[in-house]
Amino acid sequence: MRPFNNRNGSSNGHRKNGYRKPTRYSAFDLIRHGLSGSDWPRAWRKHDLRPSYDVVVVGGGVHGLATAYYLAREHGITNVAVLEKGYIGSGGSGRNTAIIRSNYLTPEGVRFYDRSVKLYETLSADLNFNAMFAQRGHLTLAHTDGGLRTMHWRAEVNKLEGINSEVIEPDEIKRLVPFMDTSEDARYPILGALYHPPGGIIRHDAVVWGYARGADAYGAHIHQNTEVQDIDVVDGRVRGVKTNRGDIATRVVVNCTAGWSTLISDMAGVRMPISTFPLQAAVTEPVKPFLDPVIVSGTLHVYVSQTDRGELVFGASVDPFASYSMRGSLEFTEGLAGHVLELMPSLAKMRVLRQWAGLCDMTPDFAPIMGVTPVAGFLLDVGWGTYGFKAGPVSGETMAELIATGKTPKLIETFGLDRFEKGDLVGEKGAAAVGH
Amino acid sequence: MILLPCPYCGPRNASEFRYVGELSERPDPNATGAGEWRAFLYMRDNPAGWTTETWFHRAGCRQHLVVERHTVTNETRASGLPAAQLLYGKQEERATGGNVANDSGGAIY
Repeated sequence: MRPFNNRNGSSNGHRKNGYRKPTRYSAFDLIRHGLSGSDWPRAWRKHDLRPSYDVVVVGGGVHGLATAYYLAREHGITNVAVLEKGYIGSGGSGRNTAIIRSNYLTPEGVRFYDRSVKLYETLSADLNFNAMFAQRGHLTLAHTDGGLRTMHWRAEVNKLEGINSEVIEPDEIKRLVPFMDTSEDARYPILGALYHPPGGIIRHDAVVWGYARGADAYGAHIHQNTEVQDIDVVDGRVRGVKTNRGDIATRVVVNCTAGWSTLISDMAGVRMPISTFPLQAAVTEPVKPFLDPVIVSGTLHVYVSQTDRGELVFGASVDPFASYSMRGSLEFTEGLAGHVLELMPSLAKMRVLRQWAGLCDMTPDFAPIMGVTPVAGFLLDVGWGTYGFKAGPVSGETMAELIATGKTPKLIETFGLDRFEKGDLVGEKGAAAVGH
Repeated sequence: MILLPCPYCGPRNASEFRYVGELSERPDPNATGAGEWRAFLYMRDNPAGWTTETWFHRAGCRQHLVVERHTVTNETRASGLPAAQLLYGKQEERATGGNVANDSGGAIY
């Protein structure tokens, strides 16, 4: 299989072995288009629905598009449709706060997310699409003895798995973030923090668009405004899907949705241990860069980072009750502002530009559900709670391997749906409940 | 902010309540297998539409309530008896402050 960034490939835009080399983005191209004002070529194409596909991916977010991309690049499976009921990246992929890290609590979680960080590190080059990954460090604050103990626990598990992660003292935190109130007079004094230098933020739209462009180049079809209405299951096997644009025959359906994953699984008759909660986030007006690392406080239920544009992005824990509503609430903004000011009082005059919500599929053990189901050909990549975006690349890679080989990759063995029946839960709450 | 119709206190802000979750029938622990028990513990309908769920009015009457709510629009249309009555049948008298004396397992204050 020819790699995507192979310079020796045909550059005439014609498809060859299912691979259509897209126009390569470069600094020269940028100047040329900038000066001439000419349009950029479309990054991915529109297609008519084929009557059948080898694989149908439901959900055009980073998980679904990455699955299609790695199916083609690693396994040569290109007769793939990605069905998205809105526009690509309109769900969780475009609503998250774009934090990437791997300092989880369980060894299986750490290994899994570390693979994702590694893929993110080379993603811009692999896709020839600048995803603006900024590894500016990630700080998880501890305000209680129990919190500090969990940070030490995580640090030791992380080190064992070869992750750069350590517990640091308040004076070191002050050096990294001078604006933070690390005094002992704070309402919740900071006792220490888990410092994770490889963590950081990325441009989440660019990740979606990059994968879409990559998957399209290999011949996968991306169908936007295409809603799955039913899944055809005969004798415990997937036979096809019904959409608002027509029926598709297929043997493999991958549920890569977030928020609506229960509704898609219901169509195949697969019951899931998921409750859907909204998670709200907010962004301020842009200011000069002053905040380098990502700051998370589980006790205060808040996390904050500064984007390349200078806006502060805030998030919190999920809303207090399950809902599919994506309306923001004033209590959220009020609580958030109070907690942010406890950490950084100097932000008192910052103004919030906008707030939004996304849907999080929460599982009982704060770990995803990946792999096979009792329905043959119906695969799950769901239950991504508040940590789905950072796992996009590795989920795509492992789901593609599962589809191509029929064997569950070792990296995701522990995340199977059957763990709930066996009572063999993962227990990632200590590192995922707020820290996303 | 959504309002929940508490049968005891009238319509009150949702922030006064604690969300307990989807109403589900607990199987008899003595008669059920591990699979069915775990399905009760973990599996959820999680519908996008009308659902029946349990809330606890922690900053009000401190009663468990059953509420019907639309999970997309957050409209509520009915609330009613404490969940304990529906879930545990025989314990309804205790839940409503009824005939506690006949319950040999409960202390009388």
